[in-house]
Amino acid sequence: MSEKPEGRSIDPALLRGLTQRRISRRDMLKYGGGAVGLSILAACGVSGTATGNRSTPSVTNFSKIYDDGKPAGVLNFANWEDYIDVDSKGNSPSLRQFTKDTGIKVNYKTVINDNDPFLAKIIPVLQAGQDTGYDLVVLTNGGGIERLIRLGYATPLDHKYLPNWEKNADPKTKDPVYDPGNKYTVPWQSGFTGIGYNSKLIKTPPTGFKDLLNPAYKGKVGMFANNQDLPCPALASMGLDPNKATPDQWKQAADLVNKARGDGIIRKFYDQSYINALENGDTIITQAWSGDIYIASQPKSGGGDGYPEMKFVFPQEGPIYWHDNIAIPLHAQHPVDAITYMNYVYRPDVAGMMADFIWYVTPVPSAKDYVLTTLKDSTVANSPLIFPTTEDLAHAWQYKFFKTPQEEDDWNAVWQPVYT
Amino acid sequence: MERRVAAGVHVGKPRTRLGKRLAPYLLVLPGGLWLLIFFLVPIGFMASVSLQTGNLEEGFRQTWHFHRYIEVFQQYRPEFIRSFVYGSIATGITLAAGYPLAYWIAFHGGRHKTTFLFLLLLPFFVSFVIRTLAWQFILADDGIVLGALKRWHLLPHSFHVLATQTAVISGIAYNFLPFMALPLYVAIERIDRRVVEAASDLYANKRDVFLRVIFPLSIPGVFAGILLTFVPAVGDYVNASILGGTNTTMIGNIIQLEFLQNFHYPAAAALSFILMGILLVGIFIYARVLGARSIEEYV
Amino acid sequence: MSVVMTREVAKAPPVIPPGRRRTWTRFILPAYAGLVLFYLVLPILIMILYGFNASGFKRVSFRWEGFSLFAYTHLFARPDLTAALKNSLVIAVGSTIIATMLGTLIALALVRYRFRGRGVSEFVLFLNISAPEIVLGASLLALFVSFGVPRGLLTIVIAHVMFNIAYVAITVRARLAGFDRHLEEAAQDLGAGPWTTFLRVTLPLIWPGILAGGLLAFALSIDDFVITNFNAGAAQTFPLWVYGAVKVGIPPQVFAMGTLIFMAGVLLAVANILLQHRKPVTLNR
Repeated sequence: MSEKPEGRSIDPALLRGLTQRRISRRDMLKYGGGAVGLSILAACGVSGTATGNRSTPSVTNFSKIYDDGKPAGVLNFANWEDYIDVDSKGNSPSLRQFTKDTGIKVNYKTVINDNDPFLAKIIPVLQAGQDTGYDLVVLTNGGGIERLIRLGYATPLDHKYLPNWEKNADPKTKDPVYDPGNKYTVPWQSGFTGIGYNSKLIKTPPTGFKDLLNPAYKGKVGMFANNQDLPCPALASMGLDPNKATPDQWKQAADLVNKARGDGIIRKFYDQSYINALENGDTIITQAWSGDIYIASQPKSGGGDGYPEMKFVFPQEGPIYWHDNIAIPLHAQHPVDAITYMNYVYRPDVAGMMADFIWYVTPVPSAKDYVLTTLKDSTVANSPLIFPTTEDLAHAWQYKFFKTPQEEDDWNAVWQPVYT
Repeated sequence: MERRVAAGVHVGKPRTRLGKRLAPYLLVLPGGLWLLIFFLVPIGFMASVSLQTGNLEEGFRQTWHFHRYIEVFQQYRPEFIRSFVYGSIATGITLAAGYPLAYWIAFHGGRHKTTFLFLLLLPFFVSFVIRTLAWQFILADDGIVLGALKRWHLLPHSFHVLATQTAVISGIAYNFLPFMALPLYVAIERIDRRVVEAASDLYANKRDVFLRVIFPLSIPGVFAGILLTFVPAVGDYVNASILGGTNTTMIGNIIQLEFLQNFHYPAAAALSFILMGILLVGIFIYARVLGARSIEEYV
Repeated sequence: MSVVMTREVAKAPPVIPPGRRRTWTRFILPAYAGLVLFYLVLPILIMILYGFNASGFKRVSFRWEGFSLFAYTHLFARPDLTAALKNSLVIAVGSTIIATMLGTLIALALVRYRFRGRGVSEFVLFLNISAPEIVLGASLLALFVSFGVPRGLLTIVIAHVMFNIAYVAITVRARLAGFDRHLEEAAQDLGAGPWTTFLRVTLPLIWPGILAGGLLAFALSIDDFVITNFNAGAAQTFPLWVYGAVKVGIPPQVFAMGTLIFMAGVLLAVANILLQHRKPVTLNR
């Protein structure tokens, strides 16, 4: 018998098992054919969007949805991370007050990281005609919210339940191109896409998108990896309206970015994690969302990240002004509670309470007074990132609105190779 | 007495024979059914979806659009090539790092062999995503390693490892190192020490002992390790996503993008199939070259 | 006599090298091996270390700001993270149990019987292990989408069982391969029926292999990202949550939980090894 080496006490079965291969060539070839045969057998099609109110009748039967207008007492709210006011214990004061005022309990879930992946999760449920489990969802325009509406998976809103919105919402946000007449959505918060930079490392403030292509910043530039935040500023920097530019002009703008990419100027195309890259020095200048930069620059004690050197710049050519919208998915179980909440957040005091924490653009301009006088937070009240002036907004552009899926595919065909 | 036993055996036989015949099929049935429904059939479905046309809003219809394969392959050829290149380099690195390690543990581990093997397996106990995140930490531009080196002026300030292909390949190599080292260890560990002694008794120096005795005997382990490392490495996308930059997109990232973001199910399915097809063909050739027998017999 | 001889020879160095070259080159291999082991363990050390970083309650940061047990005392401060961890555990336990049962049965069939489907079964198992995870995940998703099956915890469990069966089967089969059939025959000679033999002879002896397979399945399930990512729907598991949180910055609880899971896994593995020591097993080698 061969002598076993010392210390060999670990079970060899597991190790063997990890590496076991028992195949004979003949069997492999024989059954490889079987596998191909199997695949040819399956010839089902993936069903399209069968159900849904795609062709919305001109008069929607609201009473079927909202019944007698009495809330059920519970609300399931799906939102993005960091998108509501939070106290030190992790509870939301505004939600608590909502429950106190209306008696509706809110189950708040920060499950949305990105528009399309979230849609990918709820669309099949809606296709099957089932309840997604959420009564309210928040989706951005420029793809997310349009898709939900176009597929017919948004519940129409009965405006008689939205008096606060009628009264207090910024008129400029009413009747957007992606939801005419606000049939399905109202804005939650809005924001700007502009330039963020580290003022400690860059002495002359940048002025526009073109500064991102500066070879002096080689390897330290960040850009967005999605089909709105990258193309629209690029087109704007060429003096073009993203919604009116022609496909040839798209290609010109894409070439501009591609050249910078080829020259190694751009470090990476980021999702929301661009802000981490800016904070820890991977990038020194980047495309950015206004709220993130504001949060980054605030001191830690105030709820920010503690990087006062981070600054946001409205590009000369105009920032992109986007909107996150709340909508009620189809088959939601508590539509009345949902629409009650939608109405509630348009109260100036509630909007002010939230604006003082979220630090994005609130759709209620009168909240500014509340923030200034009641909350006495002049930093927030006077920040153009949260309460932009009419001038700021005059130059702003909107995300590209796709009239047909084909147009979206063509746009993506030009832009996706740039950021992947 | 003999006849009685013979009679007993004779009577018992038909029953046990039938039971014995059915037994393996019954044993395999539950697991086999599961694999059939949730593994084989889905692969078939994917093949079917890959030939369809349409989009999310209007639905997908079967159109036997075989040209799709050519379209997506041309569209994403750089990513395919890049994935295979990264996979190969990463596998090479794991081999270079894993072989000496496995050799040392097997031959010189002594009483602490188990402990070292344990250390080798340790990364498995930490979530894969956390491991990759930790590397993002370690390799950060101004983090522990690079920050210190830059402060001592050993590196220029613009130097960065993250967002380069080096970071991605290193990440892949790190995550799959145990997959390479373990089969190597098993194979090397099995080598009969007496053969090694015999070689040196016959005046072979250390180098020859290794090159002409130990290494050839460990080759089945090398091949098994390569198989277990290369295949997952090529399809990986987490490393590229967390550690990568502008030109590091792998085919895994694309498949995920097309499935979960663009909803181009046919394109995504075609890409998955192409990936699996290439890998299968590679494995077939690999097994043929090697002779399927020897992988089987060494284990 | 000859046995004594070989033992002595084994103890002596196999070759007498010339001169001084031996002294430092001897350390190359151990140093290299040590370096690789350190490289393997480094991220784990970082995770453990930064779990104690006092960087505030929201995100881990690179800057070391002092030692703090915050992440551990507030381990469950993030309800969605806790829920994701719970999901991971539930799914792992559930899928492990099912996969271990199914896989063990397959292993028994493969080792003990020659039957017509044997080659196919082995090929399917091989295909399952060698197919890239992304293909497994994506094709299962294609199936669910085609049939309009909404994704959630159930689909994740289904997916996990699917890829774990093969690993369990192969691990148990390796163990069975070294199994001494004579013991079973002896039991039957002593009058035990097939069931009794199985329960009282076979099962206890292959139990370590089943356990090993189960542990492997559990580890694979709790750590799975790619396949789960495709088939989770709205459900969250621990790896999924962490990956999603990378975008906004992971909270320190993630490192703390990772450390705890790590410790638990280490303890389990150590226990498994100790258990192996105590059970006398006959392996025909």
